[in-house]
Amino acid sequence: MWQILRQIVRTGIVTEPPPALDAALKDEVRRIHDELLAILGSALAIRQVDAGSCNGCELEIHALNNPYYNIEGLGIHFVASPRHADMLLVTGPVSRHMEEALRRTYDATPQPRLVVALGDCACDGGIFGESYASCGRVSNVIPVDAVVPGCPPPPLEILRGILAAVKMNPRGGRQAG
Amino acid sequence: MRFAELHLDLQRLSAPLPIWHARVDRAGWIAVAAQVAQARGRLLSVWGRSGSTGPSVCAAFATPEGLVWAELPLAGAEDRYPDLSDTFACATRMQRSLADLGGLHADHANDRRPWLDHGLWATAAPLATAGAPAGAAAGTLPADYPFVRVEGDGVHEIAVGPVHAGIIEPGHFRFSVVGEKVLRLEQHLGYVHKGIERRFTELAPLQAYRLAGRVSGDMTVAYAWAYAMALESACGTSVPERAEWLRALMLERERVANHLGDLGALGNDAALAFGLAQFSRLREDWQRLSQRAFGHRFMMDAVVPGGVAGDLSLSLRDEQRRQCDELEREVRRLRHIYDEHAGLQDRFMGTGRVTPELAARLGLAGMAGRASGQAVDLRHDHDWQPYRALQARIATQQGGDVAARVALRFDELAESLRLIRELCARLPEGGVAAVVQLPGHAVQGAGWVEGWRGEVLVALSLGAEGRIERCHAHDPSWQNWPVLEHAVIGNIVPDFPLINKSFNLSYSGVDL
Ligand code: SF4
Repeated sequence: MWQILRQIVRTGIVTEPPPALDAALKDEVRRIHDELLAILGSALAIRQVDAGSCNGCELEIHALNNPYYNIEGLGIHFVASPRHADMLLVTGPVSRHMEEALRRTYDATPQPRLVVALGDCACDGGIFGESYASCGRVSNVIPVDAVVPGCPPPPLEILRGILAAVKMNPRGGRQAG
Repeated sequence: MRFAELHLDLQRLSAPLPIWHARVDRAGWIAVAAQVAQARGRLLSVWGRSGSTGPSVCAAFATPEGLVWAELPLAGAEDRYPDLSDTFACATRMQRSLADLGGLHADHANDRRPWLDHGLWATAAPLATAGAPAGAAAGTLPADYPFVRVEGDGVHEIAVGPVHAGIIEPGHFRFSVVGEKVLRLEQHLGYVHKGIERRFTELAPLQAYRLAGRVSGDMTVAYAWAYAMALESACGTSVPERAEWLRALMLERERVANHLGDLGALGNDAALAFGLAQFSRLREDWQRLSQRAFGHRFMMDAVVPGGVAGDLSLSLRDEQRRQCDELEREVRRLRHIYDEHAGLQDRFMGTGRVTPELAARLGLAGMAGRASGQAVDLRHDHDWQPYRALQARIATQQGGDVAARVALRFDELAESLRLIRELCARLPEGGVAAVVQLPGHAVQGAGWVEGWRGEVLVALSLGAEGRIERCHAHDPSWQNWPVLEHAVIGNIVPDFPLINKSFNLSYSGVDL
């Protein structure tokens, strides 16, 4: 325990004195945090669905939980069930094999619901395109509210995208119901 | 084993690693497999080809001397070939996929259920059709998959997926349990099959490295390098030394990033959120420097045919060396904490064990294999640059449990940091890319790279007009997914996420 505490103290709060290089990035993260908090005023529950991605997009979504972006600290949670979700964050071109699963996940998400298509594949089919095995972009399968291009989009872009989507629905997901 | 004993007409490809191609007949196909097995070699991959020369089935065998790519041409309308699964257990799923994608079937195979085909393609054997294959009509639902049932008193089934509870790739797991104890796990994958191997044939050879780098996002460097090596070996391109060193530098950076991610996630899965916070912070720092040094947080599109996309300044090399020193200190402290943490060790020790004997029998590959005593690592086993110059060391553990897979990641991390420092310090001068000249006739090439998860193989055939006729990409997860089914037997259901994470296998890389 002692060692853990020592390491925690030694690490400090990594977003504190920023290396000059990351200053702009840090300010932006803080600004987005403030804006999200102002709009939401409460928690946002996100259900992530990999509908055929290469897993690169997922890695950057994971990065949102690291202490630099600290998305959970904002009250934004990734939840296990679509029934608990305000937002679906969908990655990948939709593979033909995931098409039905994605549609059912969408149907299981209570309204009002937001759908964000994350990554080039989700936005326009990306490098995999449309084929016998791929339905291409997410909006070919379910309605999409906002897109976040990039391959994969870095965590900051994902934060921006979530903010943009929430702004479209200023009452912030479930609060409306 | 001596290659001479195989009595094959072996043709050496011009790759930096020893790789041979040979055409065989049915007897030769069986004989090679038997001899490789006898010499404790491994089956790496099975795939099919259909092209101007008619259909053929291919197998890649890894031997201490190098890689043998055996190709068995099938005459006329013949669609059967001798089954390899009796000799190599890991052949089963690869052969089932070959039946789905290429319409070629293994004789007398025990398991003939479809694997990648979920009943949603209108065109059977999409890789063997000349035109663009069609998907099933809209509204068609996936076919039922015939899982094996476990009968008995108090046995019940738990079905999980394809949409999992966490942020991970989709797949389906069917557990048969008594109380909390797992009697059997059966996987059903293929959910992220997006027609990658077909897509390759639609791209220009000089561009398709981008697709290779997206077979599995966390192994982008390994796949892009394997693809580049395959194309360069087909075209006889010699890559500048400096470019090969920069590739190795990126490959090690990719290994470090993934090991950092896994070590954090494994701590978290055993209820030590502190571990996730610490390792994810280190990983973020690491990715940011990768972005500055190679233009992308994962180094996607940084390995290109002929070399690498950009050069590396002296100051960015110095920065990487400093980062390695610092990271080494931090990781050493964290390793000490992991080792001393009773709660963590209690969850890790003895969980999800694969004994070295079982690992050898089932062909457990790569990092997970090394944690079960399988001393295989291309960086160490073959004489190729720059790994030879740096004398890459192999790491192994004997325990075969989650604890061993954690320890192995720590060991490999330390070695990669050493390699990165050396690669930065001793980087040879010169250009970073050669021009790749496509030959005007049909050729083939192969690339073989030790990615962080294990060996990646890319086998490439170009047609006479310089188009990609077939590009097969193999992920070590093919070998390891079936072993995971064994590793969980007798464990409790709540330990599955931990065991699964300790293997950290790719879905996209095997679903293709
Ligand atoms: S956008 Fe890029 S990183 Fe994301 S799934 Fe597609 S290929 Fe992978």
